[in-house]
Amino acid sequence: MVLTDIRQQFPILSRMVKGKPLVYFDNAATSQKPQQVIDALTHYYSFYNANIHRGIHTLAEEATMAYEATREAVRDFVGADATEEIIFTKGTTEAINLVAYTWGRQNITAGDEIIISGMEHHSNIVPWQILCEEKKAFLKVIPVTDEGELSIEAYKELLGSKTKLVAVVHVSNSLGTINHVNEIITAAHLVGAKVLIDGAQSAVHLDIDVQKMDCDFFAFSGHKVYGPTGVGVLYGKRELLEDMPVFQGGGEMIKDVTFEQTTYNDLPYKYEAGTPNIADTIALKTALDFITAVGKDKIRVHEANLLAYATAHLKTIPDLSIIGEAKDKAGLVSFVVKGIHPQDIGVLLDNMGIAVRTGHHCTQPLMKRFGIPGTVRASFAMYNQPEEIDVLITGLHKTIKMLT
Amino acid sequence: MEQRSIPEIEREIVEDFALFDSWEDKYEYIIDLGKKLAELADQYKIEENKIKGCQSTVWLKAFYNDGKVHFKADSDAVIVKGLISMLIKVLSGHTPEEILNARMDFIGEIGMMTHLAQTRSNGLLAMIKQMKNYALAYKIMQGTKNE
Repeated sequence: MVLTDIRQQFPILSRMVKGKPLVYFDNAATSQKPQQVIDALTHYYSFYNANIHRGIHTLAEEATMAYEATREAVRDFVGADATEEIIFTKGTTEAINLVAYTWGRQNITAGDEIIISGMEHHSNIVPWQILCEEKKAFLKVIPVTDEGELSIEAYKELLGSKTKLVAVVHVSNSLGTINHVNEIITAAHLVGAKVLIDGAQSAVHLDIDVQKMDCDFFAFSGHKVYGPTGVGVLYGKRELLEDMPVFQGGGEMIKDVTFEQTTYNDLPYKYEAGTPNIADTIALKTALDFITAVGKDKIRVHEANLLAYATAHLKTIPDLSIIGEAKDKAGLVSFVVKGIHPQDIGVLLDNMGIAVRTGHHCTQPLMKRFGIPGTVRASFAMYNQPEEIDVLITGLHKTIKMLT
Repeated sequence: MEQRSIPEIEREIVEDFALFDSWEDKYEYIIDLGKKLAELADQYKIEENKIKGCQSTVWLKAFYNDGKVHFKADSDAVIVKGLISMLIKVLSGHTPEEILNARMDFIGEIGMMTHLAQTRSNGLLAMIKQMKNYALAYKIMQGTKNE
């Protein structure tokens, strides 16, 4: 197994929880940060904290350069054509809302259809529900199979001349399923629909190339890619972003203001109102550089090994069922134990220093689909080790014994 | 038998917990309480009695008898159920006034603080609040009756 040395670069991983070494398996919620990212934040505040883009002084110039360097790093990370197509947001949720409130309001009319999938996170459901309600449009849902995959046949039947947008998750945060987005995008484009990909869980695991995918929008969050919280990205095709109306008013999004009329700034600033999250955006570059330096290929192999190891061991536990057994899965596994509420398992594991996520993972319709209140989810990152899975398995045996 | 006061019951629970050497013993005790909690009849497991959170569901129902408030509850998670069982043990069968004045410090003293605000809507704090809300409602009701 590779990547054993990487742990030392994450200071939090050496802490103790409830007197035991921390086993952190809640990476799909947020990943831990390497020392470099933490240093980037303190370095900004210690040496060149300044507001960006407008200042004439040295600090402002340094901060602006660092901020825009992240935009270039993100462009490269997702394979976009130009930095104008990279909009900084608070995170995936804000990025999706931005599209709903601008492109959506402009392009969706009564009777139109928006297609999402049955495994969407609430963040990729609710903005479209709000939009559909406002515009008297309809929300259609791609069904999920028992294995936890999207039914592509059913999806193709949903597509039609009324379909204006398809918004689907790239990697499911509850099941780990990797959706075949290329096929989804191609089919949507055939009927003239635009496609938004929720990359909150995929950006950290998969190679992202928005041009090859040919998606119209792609969103992800900084804090799930070993970067800081409060910063995320919306990629959009330039011609779409140019046509779209503005989102929020004020600050950077303005070119000229008179009381009679305001002209708006060019891309990407048109969508970045107010003082942005400068420090965290700057540190996001450090996180992306870190991932690139380790190598996504290497990380992927490591995480796939962890997933296979965890899956095999979990399956030996009586009454335990894995929820989501798609052929293609990213590094997470969700499960339930017959007769035991997931929360009870989570509480007891916490007492052993093991951090897992329990609950519906903000995908309530998906839980309903499987007829369960929630799952226990262990999600892996580059720093996790098979020994930690051993700790989890031992912990689970003990937990189940205590609860039955 | 003379009924013990809320602070007395709280003290007794704290003393019980002091006997446990490990977190396992503590949780086994709570799980056991959860399993033993008197059932809440299905007719009360309705939407208006639900304290719905991110994780588990709790049903809480209050009954008012001879100037005292009696609580019954259930949950789909057994640890939560055990914790509610303790809350019921402390608060049930007391006057609205006594319930409203209860400090509930024992939760911290037995090392269950992490459960206090476990989720915004169904941590122990939310349940205590709901129990006190019932007490307040009965107190107001009592006041109107006396007028």
